Amino acid sequence: MPKYNININGVSKSVEVAGDTPLLWVLRDHLDLVGTKYGCGIAQCGACTVHLDGNAVRSCSMPIASVAGQQITTIEGLSKNGDHPVQLAWKEVDVPQCGYCQAGQIMTASAFLDKNPNPTSDEIKTAMHGNICRCAAYTRIHNAVAIAADKMG
Amino acid sequence: MSTSPIAFNRRAFIRTSSLASGGLLIGFNLFTACKPKVQPPVDISRLNFNDFNAFIKIADNGMVTIFSPNPEIGQGVKTAMPMLIAEELDVAWKNVYVQQGILDTENYTRQLAGGSQSIRLGWEPLRQTGATARQMLVNAAAAKWGVDPSECTTSEGVITNAKGETLGYGDVVKEAAALEVPENVTLMDPKNFKVIGTDAPNVDIDKIISGKPLFGLDYKVEGMVYASVLRPPAFGKVLDTYDDSKAKAMPGVLEVIRIGEKAKELSKEGIGNWTVAMGKSDKVVVIAKTTWEALKAKEALSATWVDDSTLESTQFQDEQLLGLLDGKEFQTLRKDGDIENAFFQADKILERTYESPFLPHNCMEPMNFFANITDEKIHLVGPVQTPEFAATAVAGMLGRDVNDVHLEMTRMGGGFGRRLYGDFVYEAAEIAHAIKKPVKLVFSREDDMTAGTYRPAIKYRIKAAIRNGQVTAYYLKEAAIGGNMYGLIPNFFPAGAIENYQVDVANYQSNITTGAWRAPYTNFLAFAEQSFFDELAETMEVDRIQLRLDLLDKVKGTTDERIEYSPERMQQVIKVAVDKSGWGKKGEGIFQGFAAYYCHNSHVAEVADVEIENGMPIVKKVTCVVDCGIVVNPLGAKNQIEGGVIDGVGHAMYGDFSFADGRPQSQNYDKYRLIRMGEIPEVEAHLIENGLAPTGLGEPTLPPAGAAVANALKAATGNRFTQQPFSKFPELMKVPTKAIIG
Repeated sequence: MPKYNININGVSKSVEVAGDTPLLWVLRDHLDLVGTKYGCGIAQCGACTVHLDGNAVRSCSMPIASVAGQQITTIEGLSKNGDHPVQLAWKEVDVPQCGYCQAGQIMTASAFLDKNPNPTSDEIKTAMHGNICRCAAYTRIHNAVAIAADKMG
Repeated sequence: MSTSPIAFNRRAFIRTSSLASGGLLIGFNLFTACKPKVQPPVDISRLNFNDFNAFIKIADNGMVTIFSPNPEIGQGVKTAMPMLIAEELDVAWKNVYVQQGILDTENYTRQLAGGSQSIRLGWEPLRQTGATARQMLVNAAAAKWGVDPSECTTSEGVITNAKGETLGYGDVVKEAAALEVPENVTLMDPKNFKVIGTDAPNVDIDKIISGKPLFGLDYKVEGMVYASVLRPPAFGKVLDTYDDSKAKAMPGVLEVIRIGEKAKELSKEGIGNWTVAMGKSDKVVVIAKTTWEALKAKEALSATWVDDSTLESTQFQDEQLLGLLDGKEFQTLRKDGDIENAFFQADKILERTYESPFLPHNCMEPMNFFANITDEKIHLVGPVQTPEFAATAVAGMLGRDVNDVHLEMTRMGGGFGRRLYGDFVYEAAEIAHAIKKPVKLVFSREDDMTAGTYRPAIKYRIKAAIRNGQVTAYYLKEAAIGGNMYGLIPNFFPAGAIENYQVDVANYQSNITTGAWRAPYTNFLAFAEQSFFDELAETMEVDRIQLRLDLLDKVKGTTDERIEYSPERMQQVIKVAVDKSGWGKKGEGIFQGFAAYYCHNSHVAEVADVEIENGMPIVKKVTCVVDCGIVVNPLGAKNQIEGGVIDGVGHAMYGDFSFADGRPQSQNYDKYRLIRMGEIPEVEAHLIENGLAPTGLGEPTLPPAGAAVANALKAATGNRFTQQPFSKFPELMKVPTKAIIG
């Protein structure tokens, strides 16, 4: 089995897995980082979103071989104490219902706001359109992104 | 102060104990408590704390832990149910720590999430339990001071006597634990509520936003392996042979087994045949070291299947259902007066047929369950809405005592009814039994969507007679797959409002597994009925709101005890919705649609606003007025309302699921459209304040949404939608030129 060196949340890790293993399952099954969720496996729902060199990507469709040597941030590493402005906004608005998709939503939102700190409402909608929330807590997700933008900007 | 009207012997279900670590533990059984008629266990003396499914723990430092007994699927009960206890215990909510309780299968019932009933049924007993604990703490403090308990008051965990001396709950827990459980406690006057009615954030919010393990899929133990199951590719096919040579050679694969015998036993006993998706067939299971290896190796299996029953297509099912609507074989669920005569004498008759597809639940967390079976214990962990049923079935399936089952509930990544059915628990148990290792069964998204217990495809035919400007008859016929509407529904509106009224049902037994889906039956019936009433008003040339109000007037003072809804409460939500939505007062370019519906003991009215953008009608806003009695947690309640409305709009607009040769035509989100952020309306929620006991909220805002949208689309386009999803009929979405200009 090949060995891959990857940097997760600022820590270097080494894993021995098949090269086509998606990053999602390396995180969940090999590194015990289960905050990143499995939703569809085909990059359609966004539950597995992580940051790869600061960009939001779908970890379910990223073979481990393709991400070696890059900086990966997961929900567990977004902030030390769960106090990233996006996380705090999620708390302020009390976004979650079931909560399963929220890590992916937060990772999409935080990468988006890094690039566009002063988004319009429509820009938020476009940025978050790829993340499904089956409980349809979309109104609060939208409001939380707007509040986080205010705090960051 | 009022004494609870529910009579029960608290001694039967409340026990106290000193904790070795200090502090007081009060055990109670919520579900004996919820059902006053349920008999307490026969032999009370052998009960111990393992027999209770909910606890209050008060530590020496005054910190309170409440173990919440019901499964949490996103409906918010893990927050709201403990709030009821905290209120009467009189502790500050910020000092309460909530923990998920485990299942007790031996003595009790209704430890489940379904029917939007947790708060309604828990309202009295949970408050009673808190009040009982509070009284014991007061009694202990009074004894210490040598005063009468009636001279003591409490506030946020502190007891004060007439002299102004104080003791914290933590100071007297040891003494309290040794006291008799008081028989009659008084409940707080709702005027003085300090916790109920305040905004309480989700108790798991910190774990959710930081990605802590919380869900079934996150659960792990040392030495656990993963299972992926190959099920028939189509309903109607069963497994013949399989070749696992390629799969077995793949990395991480430990073994490949065939299962099905145990599940078939379950079906024979009549427990599981409607819950075991594709239960007739054996299945092939790949056991691997990791999830990915199991999922990938499953793809490498090859199998042959034989036809066991009809391989149905959507067209075939449509023909069956239309045949039933036209046919003479049906069951009458309610019959008032004589509809035949009223139709014979009618000036005008309106008849419409409404059609809906199957729908998968699509919980974001795919089905999964952990099982580890040893001679001593059946250990089950995961997301299931009916833990008691699942535990009993697994014990029966394996020929074991139900007391061997230890079932832990995890937070659920959505339920929507799918997790009422324990097929994934039985599969996990059968696999664990065979391989004798701790194992996690994981459904891929494709497994989840294709081995469902779907919302059945249903068709309704509604026919009304009009004579002398009055609705004189109403006839509703349901043709459904699998089963028919539950017995309360025929007593919903407009039962009692129309003299000649009849509800008939017929069903086609398909081999496709169906089941409850958020607001079962009403999720589509409300669309049919409330679309029909709009057309009825148009046919009668009367105001559509006034028609509904006038019909409700006729139900006031009814002596028919079967009538489920309150005409007064329904009229109130209608009037408030008219007011709050600016009904009829919106300027040109905003097209409104109205719907009102009762279900899950709550009354809801909704107004959808549609505007035209780039020549297309867009649902911009839904005003939703809900009467669900006292709202325990308004912050959580509004989240449920917003979610329920958008879920209703989304599935009415886009939800479609068809079959060809028994095979589901959508297997993942690339071919199944769920509403996304760019498509949502603004939702304006209003809650009626009337001080009445709480009723359901997880489901009742969904059903009227589709009708409100359809009625608004009619206003915008001139076209009437009678089939869901609306997106399947782009030609009806075309807006007449005048409307665009207007």
